[in-house]
Amino acid sequence: MSLLSAASSRAYVVRRPRGPIGRMLEDERWLGLALLAPTIILLGLFVAYPFVKGIELAVTNTTVGQPGHFVGLQNFVALWHDDIFRMAVWNTCLYTVVATTTKLALGLWLALLLNRSFRGKAFMRAFILLPFIIPTVLSTFAWKWMFDPTFSVINYVLLHLHLITVADRINWLGEPVLAMVSVIIVNVWRGVPFFAISLLAGLQTISPELHEAAAIDGARAWARFRHVTWPLLLPVTMVIMLFSVIQTFADFQLVYVLTGGGPANTTQLFATYAYQIGIGTGLLSQGAAISLAIFPILLLVVIVQLVYIRRVETV
Amino acid sequence: MIEGARWRRWSFFYVPVTAFVIFLLFPFYWMLVTAIRPDRELYKPWSSPLYQPFWTLHPTFQHVHDLLTQTLFSTWMLNTMIISIAATLISLFCGLFAGYALSRLKFPFAGSIGTGIFITYLVPQTLLFIPLSDIIRNFHLGDTPWALILTYPTFLVPFCTWLLMGYFKSIPKELEECARIDGATRWKAMLFIVFPVALPGILSAGIFAFTLSWNEFIYALVFLSSPTEKTVSVGVTSDLVRGDVFYWGQLMAGALLGSIPVAFVYSFFVEHYVSGITGSVKG
Repeated sequence: MSLLSAASSRAYVVRRPRGPIGRMLEDERWLGLALLAPTIILLGLFVAYPFVKGIELAVTNTTVGQPGHFVGLQNFVALWHDDIFRMAVWNTCLYTVVATTTKLALGLWLALLLNRSFRGKAFMRAFILLPFIIPTVLSTFAWKWMFDPTFSVINYVLLHLHLITVADRINWLGEPVLAMVSVIIVNVWRGVPFFAISLLAGLQTISPELHEAAAIDGARAWARFRHVTWPLLLPVTMVIMLFSVIQTFADFQLVYVLTGGGPANTTQLFATYAYQIGIGTGLLSQGAAISLAIFPILLLVVIVQLVYIRRVETV
Repeated sequence: MIEGARWRRWSFFYVPVTAFVIFLLFPFYWMLVTAIRPDRELYKPWSSPLYQPFWTLHPTFQHVHDLLTQTLFSTWMLNTMIISIAATLISLFCGLFAGYALSRLKFPFAGSIGTGIFITYLVPQTLLFIPLSDIIRNFHLGDTPWALILTYPTFLVPFCTWLLMGYFKSIPKELEECARIDGATRWKAMLFIVFPVALPGILSAGIFAFTLSWNEFIYALVFLSSPTEKTVSVGVTSDLVRGDVFYWGQLMAGALLGSIPVAFVYSFFVEHYVSGITGSVKG
């Protein structure tokens, strides 16, 4: 009896928090702002401030260790007339378009393959993610070694499949077109697992009954994919594409390790060129202008995709 | 799926799957073989008739030994470990609080702050590294681990917040309300009721953040300069290539050893990692 009364009386005691701070944390508005404070400070200090600082740098002629003065849009005008910069813009667009579409195509294919039950599926799913997990710079070195003009294992395989002869000295990273192809291959290699696993998760949310219903109505495999799977997968696909396009557009490490932008700037991207000018030669303001030039293009891509995602999701 | 003839199964399933597996995993096999192959076998041109690339009959640990004794590799490993763990902890701390606030509490500007965090999620590191290098210099953080410990969270926090918001939304509000009726403060309900339930989400976010910080390259390349401060990725790129000479055996040994911590963490938490990926794109 006494136990019961103790328990019931305790349940109705509303303990007021002690002290002014405790009372403030009880208020949703104050608690919300307090919880967000560390994040806001961090992002303000190391994202918003550098962004403003980048704009400030881009309109001056600052170099390392030498504060510059205001020069207006001179840096951007110089870029407009810079042939290497134009090449970098073209390369980046080509690289992004080809690499992301290939990743989507191969990733979707792999996801469809993995979306059946077979022995060792979980095992395989774990292993194919490795290219995405392993530090990019380190795995890119393995590719650089595989592309080595003298010791290339790829050439060895091609030779023994009788696709090339000893006289064909395929110099993967040394010739303009081949170098771009090689860089794209490595990017695709790294990105396919991410696409495949995310799309697989999307595929698994599609009810098999829809497929059965379509099959009963006489839809063949391709028609089922085109009219059932693809439309249902579209929202997930758009989000993955958004991330992938941004990451590919701003890629740095892969090209830095494989070709360094060469031969003759034919694989130069925005980021590698910005690094070369801004850090390599110390022209901070020019480098800042180059990397800022990514921003409008990126913004456009993001807006187009976000609008599209919203449309797909509301339909 | 209606079972087709056997050749269909082969050509539409086994052959493409095998091709994918070879394409995706061969580079790792190649790293391993190169790392244990003696130099005299390593440097034979691909066109030479004696070239036997796929295995070696004389495995050696010479490259690994040289890597650990003649270079600063173990220092780089330690640096990367400290930086990654510290950055992950900071990101989880910020991400947990921010995710909880944005998914549960009503307060002014909540919507716009949430959008702001989402936008920083989309800002690539390569956009900011030049002004940031200037700021790091002005703050006197250059060439110290703090340069990375404080900047890595800029791309980890938005991700953790995003992921954890999804987890918090899936936890029923009643759980917290019960605790509050029993007299717990908001703060305590969050700390002792909601966070423990969100543990799987915290693990996913933590593992993801750890692998992302271990992976990061451009900030580490720009902000650190002395050999003893470098991270694995930067050390391998800059210090294992002397002049124009590539020591491929050592490089591949370094790539392999440098990947082990990530692969190790990943192998224990595959499911959490996968749910991290799918959670991050679900939005």
